[in-house]
Amino acid sequence: MNSGIHELTVGYALDALDPEERDAYEAHLPGCAECQEELASFSEVAGALAMAATGPVPSPELRERILADARAEPQNVVTLAPRRRTVPVLAAVSTLAAAVAIGIGLYAVSLNGKLDDTRAALSRQQGVTSVLADPTARTVALASGDGNVVVARGGEAVLVLDRVERLPAGKTYQSWVIGADRTPHAAGTFQPAGGRAVLRLAMPVPAGGVVAVTIEDAGGATTPTLPLVAASEPV
Amino acid sequence: MRKHLAHLSDEALVALVARGDERALAELYDRVGRVAFGLAFRVLRDDRLAEDAVQEAFLAVWRTAAAFRPERAKASTWILTLVHRRAVDLVRREERRRAEPLDDEARDAATTDSAETEAWAGFERDRVQTALKTLPDAQREAIELAYFGGFSQSELAARLGQPLGTIKSRMFAGLARLRELLDDGAEGAS
Repeated sequence: MNSGIHELTVGYALDALDPEERDAYEAHLPGCAECQEELASFSEVAGALAMAATGPVPSPELRERILADARAEPQNVVTLAPRRRTVPVLAAVSTLAAAVAIGIGLYAVSLNGKLDDTRAALSRQQGVTSVLADPTARTVALASGDGNVVVARGGEAVLVLDRVERLPAGKTYQSWVIGADRTPHAAGTFQPAGGRAVLRLAMPVPAGGVVAVTIEDAGGATTPTLPLVAASEPV
Repeated sequence: MRKHLAHLSDEALVALVARGDERALAELYDRVGRVAFGLAFRVLRDDRLAEDAVQEAFLAVWRTAAAFRPERAKASTWILTLVHRRAVDLVRREERRRAEPLDDEARDAATTDSAETEAWAGFERDRVQTALKTLPDAQREAIELAYFGGFSQSELAARLGQPLGTIKSRMFAGLARLRELLDDGAEGAS
């Protein structure tokens, strides 16, 4: 399709791209199974190269500092209401981790076909990274459905859904933001990839607002069609 | 407790880390930390910066373990990817790169001390170094300068006075060849 961007895989695996190329590649990657596979395999080779680089031994304090970091952030896990399993949270993901997680295709994002040109993909993907990378972002659990909503201070939000089934042709998932006015506002349509969907919502979520997901006809609707397939706790 | 964790796979440890298990994080560090630090030091050439890179990478592991997908990558690869990315970001920011990142293999070997894992690490290191040596010089140079020197492809093109396309092809050919060579000796890890 876009052979130019495929050629960036090796450079990405070696961390040898310039920042703009890196961003473009990370935007391209989630929608390209071929690149994901190629990157996974080249990343293993890069990992093997790491074995060739032996140096001095780290100080024993390094281990202590790492464990102290972990101890300082016990909120790594949020336990939800009883019948639900424990859901790990993506809160306070560093830019580094978010980028790399997206990089190895850990988040499968597939955008609405019509919007899926590089530019739109890039801007949306960057939106995802910037929210996930915001250290002040909070993670809100879903009241129904598997996943969570990560909300940055300004209300910018990313919806992360797990175990999302593929829809028949002509149907799409659509996200909604419901604020104090109790009116659902359309916040973007999406298709899952690999059972997962990660979506930067098209509008900020106000305090106390709720994020919900419905199934609509392709192209999306102006009002939601019930039932809700997922809904968050109030943000 | 250590004994209990000792026979778990790296991937199982990451799953425990995702549930907030500190001991699993410690065990992962004990397994991967040395190589991670060696890698960061090779790129950064500074103990403190290298420790910073490793510390930040492990914090990222702690925070994002839930996002790790074992079907995508080995846990050790994931961690080393995080460490490398951080080290390269730091070296570019610090402008610390040395002109010749390849001249210190002897020093590297000399500063490696022994540990329980040394036999395995040594075997793996020999295997990778042997594979690297079989590459044509130009390919090996491009890969080593990029991976250990932290140079981007466009920086390398300027530095080596070659067209960018040439640098990219060398890296691709070299890494593809390395993949073949390393796959041959590996027990079918995919």
